[in-house]
Amino acid sequence: MDIHEYQAKEILARFGVPVPRGGLAYSPEQAGYRARELGGNAWVVKAQIHSGGRGAAGGVKLCRSEDEVREFASTLFGRQLVTRQTDAAGKGVYRVWVEGASDIAQELYLGFVLDRTSERIMIVASAHGGMEIEDLAATDPASLKRMTIDPAVGLSEFQARELAFALGLKAGQVAQMVTILRACYRAYRDLDATMVEINPLVITGAGDLVALDAKMSFDTNALFRRPEIHELRDRSQEDPRESTAGDYGLAYVGLDGDIGCIINGAGLAMATMDMIKLAGGEPANFLDIGGGASPERVVRAFRTVLADRNVSVILVNIFAGINRCDWVAEGVVQAYREVGLTLPVVVRLAGTNVEEGKRILEGSGLPLITADTLAEAADRAVAARAKLAA
Amino acid sequence: MAILVTDRTPVIVQGISGRIGQFHAADMIRYGTNVVGGVTPGKGGSQVLERPVFNTVREAVAATGAEASLVFVPPPFAADAIMEAADAGIRTAVCVTDGIPSQDMMKVKRFLRRYPEDRKMRLVGPNCAGVISPGQGFLGIMPPHIYMAGRVGIVGRSGTLGYEAASQMKALGIGVSTSVGIGGDPINGSSFKDILALFEADPDTDAVMMIGEIGGPQEAEAAAWVRDHMTKPVVAYIAGLSAPKGRKMGHAGAIISAFGESAQEKVEILSAAGITVAPNPSAMGETMARVLSLRAAA
Repeated sequence: MDIHEYQAKEILARFGVPVPRGGLAYSPEQAGYRARELGGNAWVVKAQIHSGGRGAAGGVKLCRSEDEVREFASTLFGRQLVTRQTDAAGKGVYRVWVEGASDIAQELYLGFVLDRTSERIMIVASAHGGMEIEDLAATDPASLKRMTIDPAVGLSEFQARELAFALGLKAGQVAQMVTILRACYRAYRDLDATMVEINPLVITGAGDLVALDAKMSFDTNALFRRPEIHELRDRSQEDPRESTAGDYGLAYVGLDGDIGCIINGAGLAMATMDMIKLAGGEPANFLDIGGGASPERVVRAFRTVLADRNVSVILVNIFAGINRCDWVAEGVVQAYREVGLTLPVVVRLAGTNVEEGKRILEGSGLPLITADTLAEAADRAVAARAKLAA
Repeated sequence: MAILVTDRTPVIVQGISGRIGQFHAADMIRYGTNVVGGVTPGKGGSQVLERPVFNTVREAVAATGAEASLVFVPPPFAADAIMEAADAGIRTAVCVTDGIPSQDMMKVKRFLRRYPEDRKMRLVGPNCAGVISPGQGFLGIMPPHIYMAGRVGIVGRSGTLGYEAASQMKALGIGVSTSVGIGGDPINGSSFKDILALFEADPDTDAVMMIGEIGGPQEAEAAAWVRDHMTKPVVAYIAGLSAPKGRKMGHAGAIISAFGESAQEKVEILSAAGITVAPNPSAMGETMARVLSLRAAA
């Protein structure tokens, strides 16, 4: 789960990371008022969306007067900001952050991620920040310093010092860096984060370290014990189809094709998408109905897939273990009745209670296209689509 | 002999009193698995499925001699249940639970390293379908009738793709020694490499079907291990050729976030290590059949 920059800054500040003073605005007027409250004569106005690359997309501006702050903020509110990290629809701007401009002498990169090889939290840092980590890794890999943290002892001071010196920091800055590194690590560990990123972490003209930007993501599996983090969820930043599907226990990812997929298991779902492509079609979505799916959940899966106007054929592929083919078959029949399906539907059932499932489908008298194997299912879905097009 | 579970392995189920735990324990018993009891804190002294229930794993091990445990405990308590099994002397634990926090798994992995090799517990999962040795027994949630007993090992992240592979092979008359689901989470108890090493050492396994997917470094690590240590043929399939970068595909671990984590890159790494990669998921069975017949001819 992602949160906004200003929320990440508030959290990190609580753990001891220095951040610029700033204020949140829900309207252009409020943005102007925030600038006056903060004082000074230069402010940075930043669109709050769950995506990086906001600067290049026109979502961030240095303003020299309250009027300019208000004016720029008024161009942001309600806008769909398209960045290199969002899809073509972009993300809506409903909150704007105003902060005092900083005097920047140098930009560093600092990130904390889960390293799957060592199965530990890893720090990635570079003395050359400001650009995206992917670009940094491509253009300046030698500048990237990496360090893993032993979960039993946490981040030791000596490790933090080593990293600070490796980044070429001066004596006075090393102590500040150690504080920042340990604060980020504690925030990551104590709040079940999956990512903490400060980019850039700047050295000001006066030689102080300040987090100019901040990003945090959290482990959705741990939200049960982090209600204060769960509260920060912002649905306006999510794909509405994906988050609604999630409410019903369905893992859904929208794609560009026109063959709608309803499948159990993430692996089989990916494999079925691969088969559709191989057969000459394009999948419209990834959808895993999860384990123990009731007929109602299957109906909900149909509704989710059909909400995508591009879908022209639906492919149901179930290899039931913890699921039951008879429940899935009942769901398919119910979906026909309740949703008023007119599209061709290809169904392949295998595994637990497959005979009962097949009987239900045959007995329904519905114009279903059935298949026995994965390859047959994909071929028939693509053929049904070709017939529609003809 | 198969790996991890045989018809003699004494098995307990942690969470046997729950609805789902009980349902699958019943299935395991029907199949012939040697289920000797269960553990549910507070339900000690009761009976479920005519098996004794204990308050702690330690009591269950002392009373039944259990060697393996199937962990069917909800995500907030699953890590603790796994560590309890390790401390009580269980040899192999299979955890089906989906949704365990990553940091809990970091803690579990570290905890398991406390024990010397000779009493260190092997963990399979979490978020996996389980382990089955066809005709002998199983710990998990798979439909056991789709497996035919034989001499090919299966190891995969995805449960359903493991079923797919087993049924394709069965249709071609190829049976399975043991099938192991290692799970779809970013941190798991056993890696591909760990299970491949068990199959390499198993006299009843002739070849291995390995089913990977996008995300994570484990397929590449396994490829290097196969190249350097494995004498038995390995056939692989990698799911997610059509998956876009940066989007999580259901499994917490199935996301392309670094170089070498896309399906195409993994296929290249595996092929370079001498592994035969099935071109698509419906060709897993026939690719294995071809590799076995080449080997028989040689």
